[in-house]
Amino acid sequence: MVEFLQFTLSGIVFGMVYAAVALSLVLIWRGTRVVNFAQGGMAMFTTFVAIEVIYRTHSYWAGFFVALAAGLVLGAASELTIVRPTIGKPPLNVVIVTIGLLVLLEGLAGIFYGGQLRSFPSAFSVTGLKVGGTSLGVSRNDVFVVVAVLVATLALGVMFRYTTAGLRMRAAAFNATIARLSGIRVARVLTVGWALAGLLGALAGVLVSPSIFLSPNSMDTIFVYGFTAAVIGGLDSAVGAVVGGLFLGVALSYVGGYVGGSVGSEIPPLVALGILVAVLMIRPDGLFAGARMRRV
Amino acid sequence: MRTFLPRLGAAVVLGVIAWYLSRTLNQFRDYQIAEIAVYVTAVAGLTVLTGLSGQISLGNGAFMAIGAYTTALLLIHQSWPFYAALVVAGAAAAAAGGVVGIAAARLRGPYLAGATLLLGVALPSIALAWPGVFGGDQGLNVVFTVPSFLGANFPLTRWQAWVSAAVALVTLLLLANLMYSRIGRNWRAVRDDEVAAALDGINVAATRVRAFVVSAACAGLAGSLLAVVTGLVGPGAYTVTLSIQLLTAAVIGGLGSLPGALWGSLIIVLVPTYITDVATSHGQSATVGANIPIAAYGVVLILVMLVFPQGIQGGLRRLLIAFFGPNQKSRTWRIAPTSDVTPSADEPSASQHEKEGTI
Repeated sequence: MVEFLQFTLSGIVFGMVYAAVALSLVLIWRGTRVVNFAQGGMAMFTTFVAIEVIYRTHSYWAGFFVALAAGLVLGAASELTIVRPTIGKPPLNVVIVTIGLLVLLEGLAGIFYGGQLRSFPSAFSVTGLKVGGTSLGVSRNDVFVVVAVLVATLALGVMFRYTTAGLRMRAAAFNATIARLSGIRVARVLTVGWALAGLLGALAGVLVSPSIFLSPNSMDTIFVYGFTAAVIGGLDSAVGAVVGGLFLGVALSYVGGYVGGSVGSEIPPLVALGILVAVLMIRPDGLFAGARMRRV
Repeated sequence: MRTFLPRLGAAVVLGVIAWYLSRTLNQFRDYQIAEIAVYVTAVAGLTVLTGLSGQISLGNGAFMAIGAYTTALLLIHQSWPFYAALVVAGAAAAAAGGVVGIAAARLRGPYLAGATLLLGVALPSIALAWPGVFGGDQGLNVVFTVPSFLGANFPLTRWQAWVSAAVALVTLLLLANLMYSRIGRNWRAVRDDEVAAALDGINVAATRVRAFVVSAACAGLAGSLLAVVTGLVGPGAYTVTLSIQLLTAAVIGGLGSLPGALWGSLIIVLVPTYITDVATSHGQSATVGANIPIAAYGVVLILVMLVFPQGIQGGLRRLLIAFFGPNQKSRTWRIAPTSDVTPSADEPSASQHEKEGTI
C-alpha cells in the first residue's frame, strides 16, 4: 500500500512535467496546426542557459527565470524565422523544419557544452517527505514541480478565459479568417502562442532536469512522453493534455515500480508507445474529442 | 525492359566505381565505402517511403536495429552464414514494418512522425531491458571473415566494402523497378490525392502499409550490413539520432529520388569526417568537431525545406535541363499535368518523378 502511494505520487510529479510539455504542444497545435518537434530541444537549450546563469550568479532563481524568458524568446523567434515561411506548403515540410531546429539546437548544445551528462540543481530539498514515519517517495522539490506546473497552467487558463489577448488567441485558433476580418492580427497572435509554448517547455526542462540530468539528448524522451500525453488528450484540449500527462506519468511509474529490475527501468518508453498506438487506433482524435471527420 | 537496362547499366557503373575505389584507396576509405553503402540502402528505403508514399518515419533507425540484432543473434547462436542472416534480417524488419505500417496507415503527418519518433526512442531500450539476450549496453560482438577463396591476405575492410556495395546496388535496382511499377504509381497516386486514388480502385491502406514494409526491409538490410561492418551491435548505434540522420540524408539528396539517396549518403558519411578533421586541426576539441556537423545538418534541413525542397537531385535535374533542354524521349510517355492539378514547385509530383529514367 505504501509502495502504491509512492509510485502514484512520483508518477504525478513526472506526469506534471509531461503535462507541461503536452500543453506547450497543444498551444502551438491549436494556433498553427503544427507539432513542434523541437519543443524538447528548445527546453534542453534553455535549461543549459539556466545552468550557465546559475553558474555565474550563484542564484537558482536567476537561472530559473532567465530560462523561462529564453524559452519565450526562442519560441517567438522560431515561429517568426522558420515556421512562418512554411505556411501553405505541404504539412511534411514544417515537420522536417522543426526536426531541423531540434538537430541544430542539439548540435549547438554539443558544441558549447559537450555530450556528457550534467547535474542540474533543484530549487528545494530533494530528501523524501515523511508523514507519520512512512516515506511518501516525493520531496519538497517534487511538490514545487507540481505547484509550478499547476500555477503556469492556471495562469494560462485565466489568460485564455478572461483577457482580451486570450480571447484573440482563441478566436485565431477557432477560425483564422474570421478572426482576421474582425481586426485581429492573427500572425502576431500565433507568434505569441509559440512564445508561450516556449516558456512552458522551458519550465518543463528546468523542472525535470534535476531528476534526469542534462545532456543534448536528455529531453528526447521527455518530449515523446509529452507528445504521447498531448495525443491522449487529443492535441486540441488543454485539459486533455494535463489529464493525459498525469495518466501517462502514473502509468509509467507503476510499470517502472512494479516490474522492477532492468526491465522495469527500460520498458516505460515501450509502454508509452503501446499506449500511443492504442489511443491512435481507437480514438485518433484523443480521449477528449467529440465526433469529428477528416476533411478530404 | 527499355527502362530496366539503363538502370542496370547505372548500377553496374556504380559497382565498378566502388570496386575500383576499394582497390586503390586505403583501409579507412574502404570502411567509408561500406558505411556509405549501408546508408544508401537505408536512405533509399526512407526516401521511397517519405517521397513517394508521403509517409514520414522518424523511426527507421529502429528497423535497422531489428536487422542488426537479428543478424548478430543468428551469427552468434546459430552460426548461420551471413547471407542467410542478411535475408532473414531484412524479412524480420519487413515484418516489423508491416505491423508499424498497419498502425501508421491510419495516421497522418505529425501524428505519424510522433509515433515513429517514439518507436525510435523506445526500441533500443529493449536491448537494455533484456541484457542477457541482447548484451545490454555493451552490445553483441559480430565476427565477419573474408571467404577463403580470396586468399589469406585479402583485407577485411575491402571485403566488407564489396559486400555492402553489392547489397546497396541490388537494393537500389529493386527499388527503382518498384518505383516505376504499378506499386510505385499507386504510392504516388495515394500521396497526391487519397480520395482520387481510392476512387480509382486503389486500396489506400494496403498501399501505405506496403510502403512501410519495403522501407523497413531496406532498413533491416542496412542494419544487417552495419552489424558486420562495425562488428558490434549495441543500442548506442541505433538511437533517434540515426533515424534523423537517415531523414537528413533523404532530404538533402531530394525526397523521393534514389540518386538523391546516394548524394545524401555521401554527404552524411564524408562531410562530418572532413569537418571534424578540419576543426580538430584548428585546435578545436574533438567534441566540438563532432558536433559542428550536427548543427550544420540542422541548418541544412531547415534551409533545404524552406528554399530548395527538391534537394540536390532536384538541383542537378534543373541544371541538366538548363544545359541540354528537356529530355524529349522520356517526355513522350509521361502524362502532361492538366492545369488544375499542376504540381506545385515545392513538392515533387508524380509527373516530375516520371522523368527520372535511370536510378
